[in-house]
Amino acid sequence: MIADPPLLEVNALKKHFPIYGGFLGQITAKVYAVDGVTFTIKRGETLSLVGESGCGKSTVGKSVLRLFKLTEGEVYLNGERIDNMPAHRLRMMRQRVQVVFQDPFSSLNPRMKVRDILAEPLVNFGLVHGRKDLTEKVEALMDKVGLPRDAINRFPHEFSGGQRQRIGIARALAPGADLIICDEAVSALDVSVKAQIINLLADLQDELGLALLFISHDLATVEHLTHRVAVMYLGKIVELADRRTLFADPHHPYTRALLSAVPVPDPLAKRQRIILKGDVPSPINPPSGCRFHTRCPFTSDRCRSEEPILRPVGDGHLSACHLD
Amino acid sequence: MSAGTPKYATAPDLPGILSVPKQRGRIAGFIYRHPTIAVGGFLVAIMLLIAVFAPYLGTKDPTALAPARRTREPSVLYWFGTDMLGRDVYSRVLYGSRVSLLVGFSVAFCASVLGTIIGVVSGFVRQIDAVIMRIMDGLMSIPPILLAIALMALTRASVQNVIVAISIAEFPRVSRLVRGVVLSLREQPYVEAAIASGTRVPVIIWKHILPNTLAPLMVQATFICASAMITEATLSFIGAGTPPIIPSWGNIMAEGRALWQVKPYIVFFPAIFLSITVLAVNLLGDGLRDALDPRLAKRL
Repeated sequence: MIADPPLLEVNALKKHFPIYGGFLGQITAKVYAVDGVTFTIKRGETLSLVGESGCGKSTVGKSVLRLFKLTEGEVYLNGERIDNMPAHRLRMMRQRVQVVFQDPFSSLNPRMKVRDILAEPLVNFGLVHGRKDLTEKVEALMDKVGLPRDAINRFPHEFSGGQRQRIGIARALAPGADLIICDEAVSALDVSVKAQIINLLADLQDELGLALLFISHDLATVEHLTHRVAVMYLGKIVELADRRTLFADPHHPYTRALLSAVPVPDPLAKRQRIILKGDVPSPINPPSGCRFHTRCPFTSDRCRSEEPILRPVGDGHLSACHLD
Repeated sequence: MSAGTPKYATAPDLPGILSVPKQRGRIAGFIYRHPTIAVGGFLVAIMLLIAVFAPYLGTKDPTALAPARRTREPSVLYWFGTDMLGRDVYSRVLYGSRVSLLVGFSVAFCASVLGTIIGVVSGFVRQIDAVIMRIMDGLMSIPPILLAIALMALTRASVQNVIVAISIAEFPRVSRLVRGVVLSLREQPYVEAAIASGTRVPVIIWKHILPNTLAPLMVQATFICASAMITEATLSFIGAGTPPIIPSWGNIMAEGRALWQVKPYIVFFPAIFLSITVLAVNLLGDGLRDALDPRLAKRL
């Protein structure tokens, strides 16, 4: 393990968003969006981050991208600490981490042609020399994601959702990044297109040795392309395991509930659905002790008072539950 | 595949139930889709032509006095009549369009540029946003005409000063609009993707933010243009605007005011030109608003 240092290391990451209010706009409360998240990603590996909406998965992604300052914690990329990097070095670091967003409509500037969208990262990182080289590189990117070359001078609104997502992926590939964060990258697409894009991502990963941080709320999607899965609940990782283990032997009650909600394409299959009661508590005022205790079917007094830590329950399998 | 006659099943011809959509030429189609732009644009274009070609449209020297022929009714010789100093009202109205259009377009331009700069700064530099916006609120709380009068009282009457005064009165509205658009645009995923792609902030503003503020800005600019023309006429009417030596619609109306009950045409003709021009510019703005962004139509 020592010989193979992780590509990305996230250590006790916290991101709290202040809520301003009152007459003078002082901070009246905080949203504990991400509250102590630790994980690593190896080169060429896919880690999926799953959880309900509002659990902080996207905030983790944006923290790794350094789209905002972190509240606490450390982020290392290629062994280099990036959470407190000064702006000028951060700009060059961005070449190593790219992002594909959920909404293929708002993630592309409606007033830029495909050529300009894909040229932006290439030019920013000084990867092209001259106009001809630029066109060649842009066309190569379009080939890679399966876009027709003659689309180079078209605007985003002239494409379908799936094609737009391909443009977004091409933009993320442009700087030759090691890690691509897919923030719900396929959630907005319909099923057949979703499958195409997932296959494209898997192919690109094999071809280029990319690592993916795949953020999703859909376990069925995740199962197809991930190596490991981290389940998040209210700003914390509650279970982390490789795919096979997690799907076959989930430990945390929340993971079990999530898995029982995945539809099975067999009308005769008997399933025991675990229906969670109530809503997700507010991240502004998270519950004491185990954050899941308000909805957990196995709650005890200990869960209400003591916060469980994420600890190993098997080989590379971590779970944060008192019952394990 | 072996060579042979392919066995296609050809679909039978459709019966002519659906009426064939009417084919329109490009210009006709544009007029059909955007009638307000067409009408407004046409009228504005005519006003521009009148202003540019005023000397060639059968006009005389608009400032030439002829006491012997004063207050003549409209006739073949004097289309719009003459005023109490014998000056030809037709010539004065046509030359007056130069002042109105110059002031309208200049103010629209100056207020847009100034308002955009301040709006972008305010939207991007959160530390000074509140301060800037309170100053803009303060400026906006004064009615634009009063503010323009106050500013004109500080300076000498000239067309430049009128433009500056009205621009100062109008730009806070633009800055507010631009700030709002910038605040919503900077949260767009494509801006975040640009940051992740290593784009510097000035480039983000120039390539991602400004092009997308252009549509609401243009709409706002047309409305400012119309309002500036009215303000200019008002300033001139009360004697705080364009110097009396220059014929402007406001000046002509101010001079004809005393004779309104006996010689109404002196006021009537500049007034009708002002109304038509302002209407045309507003129609153009309305049309642009609907054509450029349907969502914007609800917001403005």
